Amino acid sequence: METTENVLHQHSENHGGSWEGAAAPFNISYGKLMMWYFLLSDAFTFAGFLIAYGALRFSSPSWPVPDFVFSTAPFGIHDAPLIFVTIMSFLLIISSVTMVRAVQEGHRENKRGVVFWMFLTIIGGAGFLGCQAWEWSNLIGKENMSVTTNPFGSHIDAGTYLDEKGNSTGETFKAGASYLLHKSEEGGHDESHAEGHHAMAKGDHPNAFVDNDGFIHKKFKVTSGPAAGKVQMEEFGPKAFGALFFFITGFHGFHVLSGVAFLLIIMINVASGVYASRKNGYEMVEKIGLYWHFVDLVWVFVFLVFYLF
Amino acid sequence: MSHKTYEESKKAVVKGLFLLGFVTLIEVFISLFGKGHIIPGINDIAWIAYPVGFIIAVLSIYKAYFIIYEFMHMAYEVKGLALTVLLPTSLLIWALFAFFQEGTAWKARREFVKEKNAKTVEPLKGKQGYVEDTSLFRL
Repeated sequence: METTENVLHQHSENHGGSWEGAAAPFNISYGKLMMWYFLLSDAFTFAGFLIAYGALRFSSPSWPVPDFVFSTAPFGIHDAPLIFVTIMSFLLIISSVTMVRAVQEGHRENKRGVVFWMFLTIIGGAGFLGCQAWEWSNLIGKENMSVTTNPFGSHIDAGTYLDEKGNSTGETFKAGASYLLHKSEEGGHDESHAEGHHAMAKGDHPNAFVDNDGFIHKKFKVTSGPAAGKVQMEEFGPKAFGALFFFITGFHGFHVLSGVAFLLIIMINVASGVYASRKNGYEMVEKIGLYWHFVDLVWVFVFLVFYLF
Repeated sequence: MSHKTYEESKKAVVKGLFLLGFVTLIEVFISLFGKGHIIPGINDIAWIAYPVGFIIAVLSIYKAYFIIYEFMHMAYEVKGLALTVLLPTSLLIWALFAFFQEGTAWKARREFVKEKNAKTVEPLKGKQGYVEDTSLFRL
């Protein structure tokens, strides 16, 4: 049971301490501290996703090679491994840097400066989203990857492809070589893809098998390993790849999208003078800045896991 | 708020831009090197993926450190804040090892099942209730 004296004693001991509201814990405002803890929890979510990717990749005998999967760029550029995603990385880095400048101008109470640098940050974020939209539509529309279908596979053994009569074409590949299953096209030719793209009837052919969805599984004769001499066909790649790619980059892209939305709202508030007169000044710019840097930080690891490894 | 003058912090931002950009370019270069795009055939060396993976992972962690400490100003906050944010993430080191181990185990188990499925067992003669291939019980 607490006596009045005890309570008084405790009160005097804590007087002016952190719990009385006189000093901020960790010498930081409540809003910024909570932003840090939100970002910590978000980091665990992303880490869970990326570690799941790692576990499934380790559990699979083969895995699509990123420098083969991500080797296209707009304007018909092909066989340019990782170039487009590097440009995407640079967009996020640059927008992170302009965000730092916006926060600095906020400290100087320079309204025009904050709006200018936040505007550039929004442009960078929107540019990143545009690039991601292109990347996704290319993967879904042109390369026929989906959450449940992964046409990016790799050969287990070395071999040679077969021609229309079932004889060897002399076109060889090494063990571990990557391939993309093309769809038999009813319409016109896509000139960017040179090989194996002509319209083929569904069913079994000496040089390929065309499944019900129209995917052409090219046939080949194995020349190495225990299956040497057998005729096999190109199979789909590990199924989990598509789902992991779209969910993880999509989750990150959604963070970028909501970041751009918040940046826009806060920029309009800054421009209309909401923060200048308030006690907190430009703290809101600092908070969205923390969030925006975190989005860049997550991309560092998404980039590492999906594209570099 | 900041411990630098305005001009100094402006310079630091430009420095940060070049640093992050440069490290990213190095990472992409090393990754492509490991995949055999710079020197063809280097990816045939089985162990090359390990040092390459290690170097790009370290460079990425350096980028993360730089973003947190400079851009997010963690270097200028009190130590307690840095610890409450960074210490919990060290739990992830355990998760990394545990789940990668788990993934490798899934693969081994799948291959084991495949191998057993491919095996044909001779019908037993005489010795009923006695199985010679005890490895069948390993599952």
